[in-house]
Amino acid sequence: MIDILISGLLLSGTYALVAMGLNLQYGVARIMNLANGEVLVLGALAAFWLYTTSQVSPLLTVILVIPVSFTGNWIIYRFLLTPLVKRSKTQGALEVDSILATFGLSFIIIGIIVSIEGGFFAYKYLSEPIRILGSTTSLNRLLAFLVAALIGVALYLWLNFSRPGVAVRAVAVSTEASGLVGINVPRVSAIAFALGGTITAVGGALISTFITLDASMGVVFTLKALIIVIMGGVGEIRGSIIAAGILGVVETGVATLVDPGLTLASAYLIFVLILLFRPQGLFGKHTT
Amino acid sequence: MKRSNWQELIWAAVITILAAFWPMLANGYWLGIGVDVMMYVALATSWVLFSGPTHYISLASAAFFGVGGFIVGTGMSDYGTSFWSMLALSAVVGAILAALIGLATLRLSGVYFVIFTLGLAEMIRNLVSWVQNNFLGSRGLYVLTDFSDEHLFWMLLVTSCSIYLVGWIISRSRLGFAMRIIGGNETVARHVGINTSMAKVILFTTTGLFGAIVGAIIAPRWSYIEPNQVFSPQLSFFVVIMALLGGSGRLWGPVVGVIPFLLIWNWVDANFPNQSILVLGLAFLLIVYALPNGFVGRIEDLHNKMKRHS
Amino acid sequence: MRVSKAILSVKGVSKRFGGLVAVSNLSFDVAEHEMVGIIGPNGSGKTTMMNMISGVFKPTEGRISLRGQLISDLPAQIISRSGVGRTFQLVRLLPGLTVLENVIAGAVYGHRRRWGSDAEGFAHDMLERVGIDAMSYSPISSLTYIDQKRVELARTLAGEPEVLLLDEWLAGLNPTELATGIKLIHALRDEGITVVLVEHVMDAIRSLCDRCVVISSGAKIAEGAPDEVLSDSEVIRAYLGDDDA
Repeated sequence: MIDILISGLLLSGTYALVAMGLNLQYGVARIMNLANGEVLVLGALAAFWLYTTSQVSPLLTVILVIPVSFTGNWIIYRFLLTPLVKRSKTQGALEVDSILATFGLSFIIIGIIVSIEGGFFAYKYLSEPIRILGSTTSLNRLLAFLVAALIGVALYLWLNFSRPGVAVRAVAVSTEASGLVGINVPRVSAIAFALGGTITAVGGALISTFITLDASMGVVFTLKALIIVIMGGVGEIRGSIIAAGILGVVETGVATLVDPGLTLASAYLIFVLILLFRPQGLFGKHTT
Repeated sequence: MKRSNWQELIWAAVITILAAFWPMLANGYWLGIGVDVMMYVALATSWVLFSGPTHYISLASAAFFGVGGFIVGTGMSDYGTSFWSMLALSAVVGAILAALIGLATLRLSGVYFVIFTLGLAEMIRNLVSWVQNNFLGSRGLYVLTDFSDEHLFWMLLVTSCSIYLVGWIISRSRLGFAMRIIGGNETVARHVGINTSMAKVILFTTTGLFGAIVGAIIAPRWSYIEPNQVFSPQLSFFVVIMALLGGSGRLWGPVVGVIPFLLIWNWVDANFPNQSILVLGLAFLLIVYALPNGFVGRIEDLHNKMKRHS
Repeated sequence: MRVSKAILSVKGVSKRFGGLVAVSNLSFDVAEHEMVGIIGPNGSGKTTMMNMISGVFKPTEGRISLRGQLISDLPAQIISRSGVGRTFQLVRLLPGLTVLENVIAGAVYGHRRRWGSDAEGFAHDMLERVGIDAMSYSPISSLTYIDQKRVELARTLAGEPEVLLLDEWLAGLNPTELATGIKLIHALRDEGITVVLVEHVMDAIRSLCDRCVVISSGAKIAEGAPDEVLSDSEVIRAYLGDDDA
C-alpha cells in the first residue's frame, strides 16, 4: 500500500508539471494543444540523445531544453496559431481549428522524432534503489519529483508575485478585460504558450530518466495531462497538482494490483466519473 | 450540413451503379484499393453525419471499427457463430457504445468529447487484450469465410449507400434541421424547443452503429485478428482527414476526399515508409490553413464567384 | 384581483454565482394578457431573471411556475415547448440559414410541431406580422439591426408562446425604429400575448406596461403602475444615487 502511494506520488510530480504546461496553453492562450505529448517526447528524446551520445547529464539537459523549447513554442504560436486566433469568430471555432492544427503538428513532430530515433529511448541514469519510509524506489524517480516540485513552486511564485505573472493570470480570467487595462494580450498569450511548452518539454526530459519512451507515446501523455487539467479545473494550478496526485496513485495502484496494461483504462475511469459528476473539475468555480 | 435534394440522390444512385462494376474491371491490387476506398467512404460518410453539423471532432471511428472486427473474430473463432449474426451483434454493440459515450460527453462542450474519443480506441484495445490474456487465454482469432475482396467491396458499397440514404433522410427531417440549428447556435436551439443533447446522441449513435458494421465486414479480409490490428488509432485520424479534406458541409463531401488521400498515402507509404506519418501532419495543416471547407467548399466558392461574374 | 389569474409566477427566487448574489429573494406574478416591465439599473439582475424564467440557469432558491406548473427545474427546451418564448439581449440568429429558415426553426419544435409547407406558411405569416416578409430569402448578413431583431421576434412568435420574454428588445434602435418597435409590441399586446419585458427606454415602459417590477442589486425595491413606480423616491435613488433623491 505504502509502496503504491509513494511511487504514485513520485510519478504525479512530473504529471503535475506537464499538466501545468498544458493549463498555461489552454487556460491562458486558449489553445487546446493536442501536440503537447509530442513536445514532451521531444524533451525526452533530447535527454536520451545527449546522454547516450555525449554523456550529458539529464539535469543539464533540462537547462539546455529551456531556451530551445521556449523559442520553438514561441515560433509555433506566433506563426502557426496566431493566424487562427485572428480569424476565429468564436471560442468554439478557435477550438476546432487549434485541435486540427495541433494534430497536424503532432504528426509532424512524430515524423521528426522517428527520423532521429525510431526505437525506444532506453538509457540508465541514477537507477540505484533508494528507501523512503520503508518503501523501495529508484533515485531517478525521486530526483525527477524534486526537480518537478522545484519548477512548480517557482512557477507558482512567478504567477502570483511578479508583474508579468499577474498579467498572465489576468489574461486567463478574461482576454477582453485584460486588453482594456492595457495588457498586451497577444504577447502575454505567446509567452504563456511558450512557457507551457517549455515546462512540458522539461517534464519530458525528467520522465525519460525513469520511463522508457518512444515516438508514438506522446498521445498517451497528452491524454493524461488533459484529464488532469479537467479534473483539477481549467486554470487551477493547485487543482492540477491534486488531480495529478490522484491520477498517479490510481494508475500505480491499478498497475501493481491488477495489470500494468490497464493504466489508461483507469485514467478513463476517473475521466468518466469527472464528466458525469463534476464536469467543471474538482476545484472549478463555474456552475453552468 | 445543407438539406439534400432529389438531384443529389439521383447522382448518388448513378455513381453507386457505376461503382458496383469496379470488381469486374479491376482485380488484385486495384480491387484491394477499391475495398479500402469503400471502407473509408463508409466510415467518413458516417463521420460527417454527426461531425458535419455539430463541428464536434470525433476520433472514435477506430473504436467502433475495432469493436465490430473483434466481435466478428471472437464470435466466429471461439463460439462458432455465423458471420451474419455477428455482423448484427456488432451493429447493436457499436450503437450502444456510442450512445453511452454520447450520454457521458455530449451534454458538455466539444473539447471534452474530442479528448474522450482521442484515447478511446487505445483504451478499449487495452481492455480487450486484458480480458483476452486473463480470461479467454491468449489466442488469436480466426475469421474464415468464403468472402473474396469483391464480396467485401459490394458489402461495403451497400453499407455506404445505406449510410448515405440514412443521412439523406435525416437531412430532410426535423432531426437534420435541428442539427443545423444546433450547429448555428446551441442556445437558440434549446430555446426553440430542441433537446440538443438527445439530438446529438441519436446522430452519434448512428455513427457508432455504422462504424461497427464496417469493422465487422472488413474482419474476413484479415482472417487472423489481433486487437492491435483492429484498434489502430491511426484509422480515426484517416477518417477525420478524408472527411474534412472532402468537406464536411455536404453529405457527399467525404467521397471527394477519400480517393486522392488514399492514393497519395499509398504512394508515400510504398516509397518513403518512414516519412508517411508526415503526410498525416501536412494533411491536417492543409485542411486548417488552405481548405477550411474542404474541396467541396472550395468548388462551391468558385462556382458562386463564377455565377456572380456571369 | 390579478393574482388569482397569474399565468407566470416567480416566488422567492435567488441566484448566486459563487459568492456573487445576482438575484435575491425575488417574487412577482404576471397575469394573463398583462404586460409587465422589469426595470432597474445596469447589473441589477434583470437579464439573470429572464435567463432563469427561460431555463438558461436554474435558480439557486425559489420556484418559477407557469399556470401553476413548476418550470424552474425543467431544461430550456421543455420550458420553451410549454409556452415561454424569448428574445435575447444581443440578437441571436442562425447565420447559415436564410431569414425564412430562421423563423421556421421557431415553428418546428414548439408544442404545435409544424413541419413542411405548414411550417413554411406559418413562418411567412410571422414575418408578415413583424413587417419583413419581403426579406424572407435574404441571407442574415444583409439585414439591418432592427430587421435582425424583427427576425428574432418572428422566430419567437413562430413558437406560439403564451408568455413572451423580451430582453431589451428596443435597445439600440434609432428614434424612427423605436416608434415602429413600440407599435409592434402594442400590436402583440392587443392580440392577447402575455409579455414580460426588460427595458431601459422609459418612454416605452410608460406607454406599454401595465405594471413594473423594479429591481436593484438583485432585490425588488418597488412594484406598481409605471408612473407611480418611476416617481418613487427609492427607485430614483437606485437609478441616480443618493445625492439626487
